[in-house]
Amino acid sequence: MDLTLSDEQQLVQKTAADFAKNEVLPRAAEIDRAHRHPKELVARLAELGMMGIAVPEQYGGGGLDAISYAIALEEISRACASTGVIMSVNNSLVCDPILKFGSEEQKQKWLTPLASGKKLGCFGLSEPEAGSDAAAQKTTARPDGDDWVISGVKNWITNGPVADTCVLFTMNDRAKGHKGITAFILPMDQKGVRCGPPDKKLGIRGSQSCQIFLDEVRLHKSHLLGEVGGGFKVAMSTLDGGRIGIAAQALGIARAALEDALAYARDRKTFGKAIIEHQAIQFKLADMATELDAARLLTWRAAALKDGGARHSKESAMAKLFASEVANRAAKEAVQIFGGNGYVEDFPVERHYRDAKITEIYEGTSEIQRLVIAASLLKE
Amino acid sequence: MQFDLNSAQGQLQIRARTFANEVLAGRAAERDRTSRFPVEEMAALADLKLLGINIPSVLGGSEAGVVAYAACMEEIARADASVAVTMAVTNMVGEVICRFGSEDQKRRWVPELTSGRAVAGAFALSEPQAGSDPASMRTLATKTKNGWRLDGTKQWITSGDRARLLIVWARTDQGAGGKSISTFVVGRDTRGLSVGKPEDKMGLRGSSTVPLSFDGCEIEDQALLGNVGDGLKVALAALDGGRIGIGAQTLGIGRAAFEESLSASKTRSELSQHHQFALADMSMELDAARLLVWRAASLKETAQPFSRQASMAKLFASEAAGRAVSAALTIAGNQDNAALHRYYRDARVTRIYEGTSEIQRIVIGRALSR
Repeated sequence: MDLTLSDEQQLVQKTAADFAKNEVLPRAAEIDRAHRHPKELVARLAELGMMGIAVPEQYGGGGLDAISYAIALEEISRACASTGVIMSVNNSLVCDPILKFGSEEQKQKWLTPLASGKKLGCFGLSEPEAGSDAAAQKTTARPDGDDWVISGVKNWITNGPVADTCVLFTMNDRAKGHKGITAFILPMDQKGVRCGPPDKKLGIRGSQSCQIFLDEVRLHKSHLLGEVGGGFKVAMSTLDGGRIGIAAQALGIARAALEDALAYARDRKTFGKAIIEHQAIQFKLADMATELDAARLLTWRAAALKDGGARHSKESAMAKLFASEVANRAAKEAVQIFGGNGYVEDFPVERHYRDAKITEIYEGTSEIQRLVIAASLLKE
Repeated sequence: MQFDLNSAQGQLQIRARTFANEVLAGRAAERDRTSRFPVEEMAALADLKLLGINIPSVLGGSEAGVVAYAACMEEIARADASVAVTMAVTNMVGEVICRFGSEDQKRRWVPELTSGRAVAGAFALSEPQAGSDPASMRTLATKTKNGWRLDGTKQWITSGDRARLLIVWARTDQGAGGKSISTFVVGRDTRGLSVGKPEDKMGLRGSSTVPLSFDGCEIEDQALLGNVGDGLKVALAALDGGRIGIGAQTLGIGRAAFEESLSASKTRSELSQHHQFALADMSMELDAARLLVWRAASLKETAQPFSRQASMAKLFASEAAGRAVSAALTIAGNQDNAALHRYYRDARVTRIYEGTSEIQRIVIGRALSR
């Protein structure tokens, strides 16, 4: 048991924290209100090596570990959860599967620009009728000579409106169920690809998501990611890592809620004393801090397992489930501590409250995480 | 970053687990039913060097550190939480003497605890009117020619009737507040010390909890532990460490309930989603609790501040275990399971002793408000 960060991890933390405080936080409220994709911040993240943190340097990445990734993502999300998820999708859901399942040629061609942040990625798994039940894919892929022809609709695709490259999932043999799913690398400017208007969301409004319409999109077989029929494995393995990212994003939101609430509670006075002196407020803060620490330990544990090459489905699900629920409780209590000021846009906590909710939904709802954990326990 | 135990810690954990499975588990229900104090079991723990896990080997301890202590405590508590609390207090008393005692005091008393000759150690801080607020204690220590005379009453003293060695807090002057409290080591056979009727408790029935009265109880100068007036500091430092032990104990109780539920679940052909979700939540919260406990232990072991983290660990672990024992009963449905009943009863006190959940929140809240 040793929870000390290495020198390298401390440096990552400091770099991310400084950037978050100086450049991200001052823009967070404006980005949220304008529903604006923070292009300039994504460019800066690329300069800092944070769009492909755990990708080896030979492919344009930061060459760091999953713990560093979680640490950096928490810091960025503490300032702006929208910027956090843009970074998370590119790192976990796009770079990771190409690194793990891509051929050397694919890594050179697709991974290097994504990991270095020259290009931005998105992850095309969900569909209007395939969310939690990812195997119910309707997007079809049919072989035609050396090509595949793909048609269908993808839903809620984070970064969709601004992405260059998509890791796309399709069904090429419905009779085989989840073994009929195949993954591709899709350039978003390919003929037949069209994005719908950005979704109007409750929170993380600076992160743009949309439907993607695929109409007879023709891809050469060199775009296949992994094996034909191996797509479900690609998706599940990718989400195991992605959940570490969302857990870290949730940690950042929870920390924002706690730190903002603490600062407010020290300052705000009622009945002649700072409200932090009232037990009703102090107990809320104590619970928020305790749960946040527990959530971070679960997240780092999952990341450490990933770094060690061990299976971590159960641990990632636990981290994501716990951290997302902690973020929601923390944001709820932060609004309560701020009182009326928690309900208006002049203060940041209403944003944390809205941003927190999605972490219980995407990359597997809380209910899906519980099924993953239970299945793993019953198999052990 | 390293989340596993090292090999020495792992070996001690296995030693504790083997003993818990092979010796403790079989008769835990009987000890609970008959409220039998675990005399032989404590002797066996001494032989296994589990009564001084974080105590130097020259004093009879196993010198394995705080993380190993937490890991072993969880294993013992998983089989029998009553034995575990008796073991926890004994370890804590030994550690307090190690930390605040002179060389002579350490050599004289610590081996009594680690060898099992003292049977157990006891920690006499609480009083009928001073539980969460120890600074309001009334027991008096009056200076005599050769030492001190104790007068007063202590309450809820774990192992107070069995321990041959007790640490007792008393007021060394009439002034108010914490600065007038001091710490003493008192032998069980000291004249003037008498034991009241054991409490008939809801849980931890295999451990003993008694009131103590001190009536002109004469002790020597050598009995003073640390300086006059340092008592509250000694008590709070001890409780910081104690909370790691109780955090680990409660983890063991929660794990017992969870494992019982999981193995019963594996025999069923189909589980409702509600049932699966209960297992997932129990397992997740216990994992989170263990990480908090081991983090606090690791900080203490490396001599860093750990008071807030120990409170977080104890608070979260005791509440997680409380939820786990409750969920285990729910998903067991109408199956009669006496072990689950025992876990349910045993878990409740972990939210009360060594600082209630509310006191832990005050400790954490104060740390945050600074």
